[in-house]
Amino acid sequence: MTERDRDEMLAAIGVDSIDELFRDIPPGVRFDRELDLEPALSEQEIVAHLEELAAKNVDTGSELSFLGAGIYDHYVPAVVDAVLQRGELLTAYTPYQAEMSQGVLQAIFEYQTAICELTGMDVSNASGYDGTTVAADACYVAKHVTGRSRVVLAETLNPQVRQVVKTYAPGFGLEVVEVPHRDGVTDPDELGEAARDAACVIFQQPNFFGCLEPAPDLAAAANDAGALPVAHIDPVSLGVLEAPGAYGCALAIGEGQAAGNYQAYGGPHYGFMAARSDYVRRMPGRIVGETTDVEGRRAYVLTLQTREQHIRREKATSNITTNQTLLALAGLVHLSWLGPQGLREVGETCMSLGAYAKEQLGLPLAFADRPTFKEFAVRLKRPARDVIRDARAHGVHPGYAIGRDYKGMDDVLLVAVTEKRSPADIDRLAHVLHEARA
Amino acid sequence: MELLYEKSKAGRRAATLPNYDLPAAEVPEDLRRAEPPRLPELAEPELVRHFTELSTRNFGIDTGFYPLGSCTMKHNPRVNERVVMLPGFKDLHPYQEEDGAQGALELMWRLQEILEEVAGLDACSLQPAAGSQGELTGLMLMRAYFEDIGEGDQRDTIITADTAHGTNPASVTMAGYKLEKVATDARGNLDVDDLRAKVDERTAGLKLTNPSTLGLFDENIEEVAKIFHDAGSLLYYDGANLNAVCGISRPGDMGFDIVHINLHKTFSQPHGGGGPGGGPIVVRKKLEQFLPVPAVVKDGDAFRLDHDRPKSIGKVRGFTGPFGVFVRSYAYIRAYGPALREMSETAVLNANYLLAKLRDAYDLPYERLAMHEFVLSARTLKREHGITALDVAKRLMDYGYHPPTIYFPLVVPEALMIEPTETEPKERLDDFVDAMRAIAEEAAASPEVVHEAPHGRPVRRLDEVRAAKRPVVRYAFDEPAVV
Repeated sequence: MTERDRDEMLAAIGVDSIDELFRDIPPGVRFDRELDLEPALSEQEIVAHLEELAAKNVDTGSELSFLGAGIYDHYVPAVVDAVLQRGELLTAYTPYQAEMSQGVLQAIFEYQTAICELTGMDVSNASGYDGTTVAADACYVAKHVTGRSRVVLAETLNPQVRQVVKTYAPGFGLEVVEVPHRDGVTDPDELGEAARDAACVIFQQPNFFGCLEPAPDLAAAANDAGALPVAHIDPVSLGVLEAPGAYGCALAIGEGQAAGNYQAYGGPHYGFMAARSDYVRRMPGRIVGETTDVEGRRAYVLTLQTREQHIRREKATSNITTNQTLLALAGLVHLSWLGPQGLREVGETCMSLGAYAKEQLGLPLAFADRPTFKEFAVRLKRPARDVIRDARAHGVHPGYAIGRDYKGMDDVLLVAVTEKRSPADIDRLAHVLHEARA
Repeated sequence: MELLYEKSKAGRRAATLPNYDLPAAEVPEDLRRAEPPRLPELAEPELVRHFTELSTRNFGIDTGFYPLGSCTMKHNPRVNERVVMLPGFKDLHPYQEEDGAQGALELMWRLQEILEEVAGLDACSLQPAAGSQGELTGLMLMRAYFEDIGEGDQRDTIITADTAHGTNPASVTMAGYKLEKVATDARGNLDVDDLRAKVDERTAGLKLTNPSTLGLFDENIEEVAKIFHDAGSLLYYDGANLNAVCGISRPGDMGFDIVHINLHKTFSQPHGGGGPGGGPIVVRKKLEQFLPVPAVVKDGDAFRLDHDRPKSIGKVRGFTGPFGVFVRSYAYIRAYGPALREMSETAVLNANYLLAKLRDAYDLPYERLAMHEFVLSARTLKREHGITALDVAKRLMDYGYHPPTIYFPLVVPEALMIEPTETEPKERLDDFVDAMRAIAEEAAASPEVVHEAPHGRPVRRLDEVRAAKRPVVRYAFDEPAVV
């Protein structure tokens, strides 16, 4: 701001100084010193400073990584970066004014369609925060739909997801029950028993151990008990694995990161939520609908807003407003880049690489009889944490130590293989694990 | 414009994938997908053109002035987009061991320190994903605190202002609290008498935005804080309007115990068409033990995640929060340094300048200086010419502006809530003034032009009733998709 502009503006306002603009702030709460922050940096100094911080991290480009456990190193195509840097999309906000926002509105409509297609559902919202909060959202929906106040979580559901549901539960007036796994998967009878009088059942496919759950049987068991079956799914698996809508789920939710988002130390990513049409008016968050303008042209608009906080306030279906639209857009671009064929191929490649890795590693599988998708658990001769430390000394991060979340599994390592890990990478992992006396 | 799905042709694709020449792995028959998802099938040139065309049908801050009140639509410096794409940030797995994530942990710890200083409070958690989640987290902290001191059952009510954002009452319900609303007085402050009558031993706390959604600083804030603290209650600060007061007045000094900060507003995370955001919370020392896990802490020269917080409310989101948002906001703040105050000063100067230039063309419900935003009313235009706030908003589009927030706060009829932010130069503000005044004149001279606006956008006014009555929320392909 030039000094002249400032003086002209102050004169137009009718005050003598900037300070006078703040005269309504009582003197007792005025801040009377300078903020104790580090000195200002020029643009190039900011870049240098952040490069220095970034260099203290070991990313999946500089260490051969087999970490997964919910966040995956899938390939993000260049078109995703290109689209996300379009300033008209990047620097817009929630499309309250449809005439100014047809681009974002149509993109969300296309995203909703993609999520419905993937999951076999009728309706999708515009995104939730991540794969954990959409699970809490699903419980809230289920509570209102069924009038029941207990939710059942499979123990094979991602531990972070379970933690977040438990954090939300007291406010929602919900009791949380967990069903233990049997040899790496959930037993449908046991789940069905727990689902009596429950609002919903949430299970994960593929589950946290990488195993394929008997998902159709789990959904049927929940339905028989009158609880809503909710599948927490990996979107990348849905080219090869059956859609939850096809086996009777009421809601399909999940972490979207694997489709189109970088790992980014855990965020920002997007959670997706899709449902049968019966539940559309209980859905949380933004939903875009098709309509026409006064000249009859097809157009898109935020719809069913009477569910939302800015209209319904304390009676809203959720408090969410800012969501994860940009990350969901990345998901749409990635899924469109892949197409149905590409999505299936990515899934098949992950499974083939997984089979190859199991064979090359030659380690006992924690759950030997269970088919897996892109991740599997192996039992080591010593604690996984020690093996991870030793392998990292050779530039390989071999996976996730499941014992961080599950008792009695300190010697179990969860190995994730995406299409970015070549057979040669897997050979190197096998060699390093062998050296590490895994 | 056609949808991706309408441009799709079976067999087309953009993706190329590595062929590792491995045997196919079997998917168990009963779990194998029967029908492939009908995802778009396009080659890359048409895919890129599609999204480019969508972008031309959208309006961002990069396109022009975007005075959407309460949303703080400021410029997003491009250097922030560059640094967030550094491989050490974007390709870092959240379960990387702490010795391989020291830079990320240090950045978060530094950002926490900054936010504590700006808020005037003692401890910070970056975990909440957005302002609304920060609010909900704050209420969970209140519950944990009162349960810890044995007043959990007794304190069941949260008080909000009638000018509050819709997220405030919605969060109160989601947190399992009862809601009580307090009126606004003639000067736009909380009605202290009404407040006094409503605060008692059942009150868990207050949720307040200050400056309020009217863009007015509550002149009685010290007294308000005393009423709550005397009753043993806590005060929650909705940081949606923090852009007005950075380095000028701190929520902690005003008496607030819990604050959320919208990183996408005050600290310039691009809004992305609706998100992502970031909603860190900053609290007084006595509440630190209840913050979400893990905490990011400094031990000597090293940084680590502390999961050992037995009284923590738990986790509200995955991992440690939206890290990419932290990178951008940290870079943004470092560009200001201790002069962050100038950001707020300019935001407030810009708002008051617009107010001064527009106050005689529209109604001004509260005769006071504004903070970073202000609320006008189109009620005279409506009464005299039948032109509503909605009409004014739509007509602004024809002049090349994104409209302000309209019909909010609810206490002002025909509200137009205008927030210019600090990143607009005087010429831009002058042009906007000319447009607003021209519309006020058009309302008298040719109201039909205003009433039928916009005329120059890709679409005109939409049939929103139809969209809600017969919702079509996905592409139909060849089947009816009405839900």
